Amino acid sequence: MIQVSNLSKRYGNFLAVDKISFNLKKGEILGFLGPNGAGKTTVMRIITGFLSATGGEVKVAGYDVFTHPLEVKRQIGYLPELPPLYREMRVREYLKFCGRIKGLKRTREIKQRLDYVLEGCALKEVQNLHIHKLSNGYRQRVGLAQALIHNPPILVLDEPSAGLDPHQIIEVRRMIRQLAGAHSVLLSTHILPEASITCDRVLIINRGKILAEDSTERLTGKIKDSERLRLACRGAPKDLPKTLAGLPGIIKVDSQPADSGTGHGVLLLDVEYKLRDDSRGRLARAVVEAGAELLELRAQTMTLEEIFIKITSRDR
Amino acid sequence: MRNIFSIFWREYRSYFVSPIAYVVIGVFIFLIANRFVFKFNEFVQTSFQAISEAVQVQETIPKFSINDLVIRHFFQHIRTTSLFLLPMITMRLLAEERKSGTVELLLTSPLTIIQLVLGKFLAGFALFITMVAPTVVMHFYLFAYGNPDLGPIITSYVGILFFGAAVISVGLLISSLTENQIIAGALTFGAFLFLWFMGQISDTTFTVWSQAANYISITSHYNNFAMGVVDSRDVIFYFSFTFIGLFLTYQSIASLRWR
Repeated sequence: MIQVSNLSKRYGNFLAVDKISFNLKKGEILGFLGPNGAGKTTVMRIITGFLSATGGEVKVAGYDVFTHPLEVKRQIGYLPELPPLYREMRVREYLKFCGRIKGLKRTREIKQRLDYVLEGCALKEVQNLHIHKLSNGYRQRVGLAQALIHNPPILVLDEPSAGLDPHQIIEVRRMIRQLAGAHSVLLSTHILPEASITCDRVLIINRGKILAEDSTERLTGKIKDSERLRLACRGAPKDLPKTLAGLPGIIKVDSQPADSGTGHGVLLLDVEYKLRDDSRGRLARAVVEAGAELLELRAQTMTLEEIFIKITSRDR
Repeated sequence: MRNIFSIFWREYRSYFVSPIAYVVIGVFIFLIANRFVFKFNEFVQTSFQAISEAVQVQETIPKFSINDLVIRHFFQHIRTTSLFLLPMITMRLLAEERKSGTVELLLTSPLTIIQLVLGKFLAGFALFITMVAPTVVMHFYLFAYGNPDLGPIITSYVGILFFGAAVISVGLLISSLTENQIIAGALTFGAFLFLWFMGQISDTTFTVWSQAANYISITSHYNNFAMGVVDSRDVIFYFSFTFIGLFLTYQSIASLRWR
């Protein structure tokens, strides 16, 4: 639905987006993951036609956003980082206005869509309140309602769960997951669990470049033929990692001293072992027999957080 | 067209949700009415005085033209007061959108910049009409107590509308250049005063420069309307002026994409 090729954006001397290319497939939820200032909002603004690119091409549903902006804007529902709300309007009035400028024509159609989004975004209770009286959570939902009101095939959501409390965040994620399939969603976030829970595919961006692109499963490293463990030991002899690596069934051992928060003299070991060979008992015994204290032994999947930090710090 | 109306209506209504419309219209009407009553009283007094003197000296009773003494002043006052109050109306038209981020909603929706500019312009213009319309009532008193010419009154109102359109287009342009309403208001105010003074210059000297200044001045082109003459040169001037203002506003908004 969206094809971005070699997209670049320069603000004066600063290159905010550096030759980014990616595709958004029909019905999928694609996540932009990156620290603040990575260029996520800039890319979204270019796709929605708010900014113009300094290089490259963006095609939405077959239309080039530079030559056919009106068609593109009809296809997209956009929720910017700061929901574009008119504070002095009531929720109903505002959503009706948004529906009209996004192309809805007949009054009956507008009313139907209005009822639908009020219901879907849980805004029925506040529909007659002035927007300046609403809390952040409600405002965000009004913003989401505005993006949905004309039933666009594509949704572009910039940090949709920003400023929400945990209940509301779960609510919003659930709503987004529900929308997939019927709509194609591009969302950006710097909250990592959100990307892994909500998105089918994730693009990691930093400093205007895509660093990694993959499905969340593969990125979080659920490699089916090995498992990972984390051990914490105190008073370990220097060659403990090597001893453990020598045990049968162990693929790899990484070690690092714990930071001072965990305790003095604590060694952290990341052990990768073959799946069918449960080496946990063996490892525990090996540690104790080496004279160290085994403080912790737990299963570990490499979370998106670790991948993200690894990838983006390499880039620093 | 629907988009133009949606934007116009939203903006026009929002003027009345906050105190802006009420205060501006109220102040305007108050000032105009005040001046009107003052001038009218003056007219009545001077004409009675002159008539009683004439009767005493057995001369012919002079006729005072109510047009010259009251009406012309009345419209001049409307023109000047609008020049001061219109920046209040126009300063928020686009500056507020940019500041609150709603411009992002407008520019990512399927509407053209032309529709946006026209919608905003019409909202300001409609508020201007709403502000000036109540002054019509005052003329009823003139008709009750004097013998004014209807012609100049009508053409004067037409001239005021043209004048207002031109002034609002400038205010809209300046509002599109900044996010800060106060800056927009101050600059608009300065621009209007500058254009007004251009007219004052031409009254004193008579060189090529003063001719040029006279042409640019918004207020000078109004004078024919005040006399009951609808001159096509003046109409063309106001149309061109308004068009240029709106065109530059369009360019200003179109350039937002490149920042």
